[in-house]
Amino acid sequence: MDWLTILTTTVHAAIGWETVVYGLAAIGVNIHFGYTGLLNFGQSAFMAVAGYGMAVTVVFLNLPFWIGILVGLAAAAVLALLMGIPTLKLRADYLAIVTIAAAEIIRLIFRSVYFKDIFGGSDGRRGFNGDFYAMNPYPAGHYGIGPFGFDERTMWFLTVGWAVVLLSCVVVYLLMKSPWGRVLKAIREDEDAVRALGKNVFSYKLQSLTLGGIIGCFGGFLYGLYNGAVQPDVFGTEMTFFAYTIVILGGAARVFGPVVGAMIFWVLFVFVGNTLAELVANGYIPFMTTIQVGPIRYALVGLGFILLLVLRPQGIFGDKREIAIDAR
Amino acid sequence: MRDDTMTDSLKAKAQAAFKDLARDPGVPKPDPILVVDNVVRRFGGLTAVDVNHVEIQRGSITALIGPNGAGKTTFFNQLTGFDTADSGTWRFNERAMNGVPAHKVARYGMVRTFQLTKALSRLTVLENMRLGAQKQRGESFWRALVPGFWRGQEEEITERAEELLVRFKLDAKRDDFAGSLSGGQRKLLEMARALMVQPELVMLDEPMAGVNPALTQSLLGHVKDLREQGMTVLFVEHDMDMVRDISDWVIVMAQGAVIAEGPPSTIMSDERVIDAYLGAHHDAPLSEGELEAQLHEAEAELEAEIEEETQK
Repeated sequence: MDWLTILTTTVHAAIGWETVVYGLAAIGVNIHFGYTGLLNFGQSAFMAVAGYGMAVTVVFLNLPFWIGILVGLAAAAVLALLMGIPTLKLRADYLAIVTIAAAEIIRLIFRSVYFKDIFGGSDGRRGFNGDFYAMNPYPAGHYGIGPFGFDERTMWFLTVGWAVVLLSCVVVYLLMKSPWGRVLKAIREDEDAVRALGKNVFSYKLQSLTLGGIIGCFGGFLYGLYNGAVQPDVFGTEMTFFAYTIVILGGAARVFGPVVGAMIFWVLFVFVGNTLAELVANGYIPFMTTIQVGPIRYALVGLGFILLLVLRPQGIFGDKREIAIDAR
Repeated sequence: MRDDTMTDSLKAKAQAAFKDLARDPGVPKPDPILVVDNVVRRFGGLTAVDVNHVEIQRGSITALIGPNGAGKTTFFNQLTGFDTADSGTWRFNERAMNGVPAHKVARYGMVRTFQLTKALSRLTVLENMRLGAQKQRGESFWRALVPGFWRGQEEEITERAEELLVRFKLDAKRDDFAGSLSGGQRKLLEMARALMVQPELVMLDEPMAGVNPALTQSLLGHVKDLREQGMTVLFVEHDMDMVRDISDWVIVMAQGAVIAEGPPSTIMSDERVIDAYLGAHHDAPLSEGELEAQLHEAEAELEAEIEEETQK
């Protein structure tokens, strides 16, 4: 048993790139679902248009990195308007259906043969992160304590990534303490009551959808920058559902809920996966093969979440009083 | 008791305005705050609302009554922009209001409550109240990010909210979730929250529904209070005792139309109203022969039944 590898990979997962990327996706979902009560099941679409916006601008149009970021941001904002304007006047479940469909449409456009010249088909796009790593101020080397640590590229990525995560948390904190956030939370509870008090519910929902989408789109940028590539199938529904799991795990409508949720999610995921792999490799679980570790890991992590939600339905940061209240 | 005389005079003033009015549906009022013309709402083949003309007197408490399914709540929804009327116009303070979305209706000073109370459960009582305030600087996205822009205003709003909470005896609950309040307390909260908007016309949809009798008196007092503060009240209600107690004028709806108007003391003896509630001819006298025939019929039926039972 290689306990040291299990330990280091687990610790790395707590602050690693997955936590950053999925944490940002979850912060966005938390604004939609946790604060406003919008069931946006298309969060992966925001990340996809951001990642592709950046990649295509740099690789296909040969424009600088920063223009790529701007294009990605604009794409996410346009997507929020496109998805929101026709659906936000309808009830919550319609939004869920439309967003999940929109996300699939966008994924299928990116992987289509027709647009292969632009989006690269199912292989996606690569080779657009050179400018980002050229900005790296860390000299080559290993950063960390003993076996825990990262190389200079990962350090640069994590510095930027966590700065974006913290900035997003500060923005969410400020907004949700303000009267603006109060309107959002009130819409979650009962939008007709909010209308009767003279607030333009539609406009607030659109603002919420856009803000959460933009924060999620930073997750899309960072995914592309770390992996050096964007592929269409990465931005599937699984990504959205992971983000929802993270939000509920951390506690919906809590500022740091998604961040801590993402840490726990990936720690559990990596720890269970690696431990299982080691146990199987060393013959402690004779009835399993190493190929089976992947799916079993999903099942075990799922079981863990079920237990957590049964024992602590409000999530890590949630307030038990809120769960006790019937939502309507 | 200067307050009492003040109250009396306002009440008297409100009632004096109705003194010489005809009892006809759509009778013009001396100083209407709301004038409704030809509002129609159909759901498929069903005409839920078809109101020709109705006026609401400023500074009064007007009750809107009618049997179940008369279209009272639908009519409310039309007026407040929660549902779109198929046709018709209505003017609030001389401003045309048809097609105006619900949030703008509230901003213009026409605020409603709901039959099924809409307390915002997972917000505290105080947050519920603060939400009602209008023109909040901190409700715009960019300014919300800088607390300096809105903190001063927030303090003013909180002060006003706390005064209202004291008046409605909810001040002890200010930091509790609204979802933890009792049904009656939620009604109180909803009314207090509507007052945060500083409306001119308060529209209450069944304010007494689901309120325990102990709270009824205090709720009634609050509704009367609204008139004393210069607001106009229009409310839908089933409880006739309440209607008699607090309203200055009663409008009766049946099958979507306004069928009668009048002061609360006499409206329930109006023939049109009795017909609407109990059906026409409900008290038409039967001739003696008819009565006997009916008795025989019933007797025969009973006998047949008994026979059937014994044969089994």
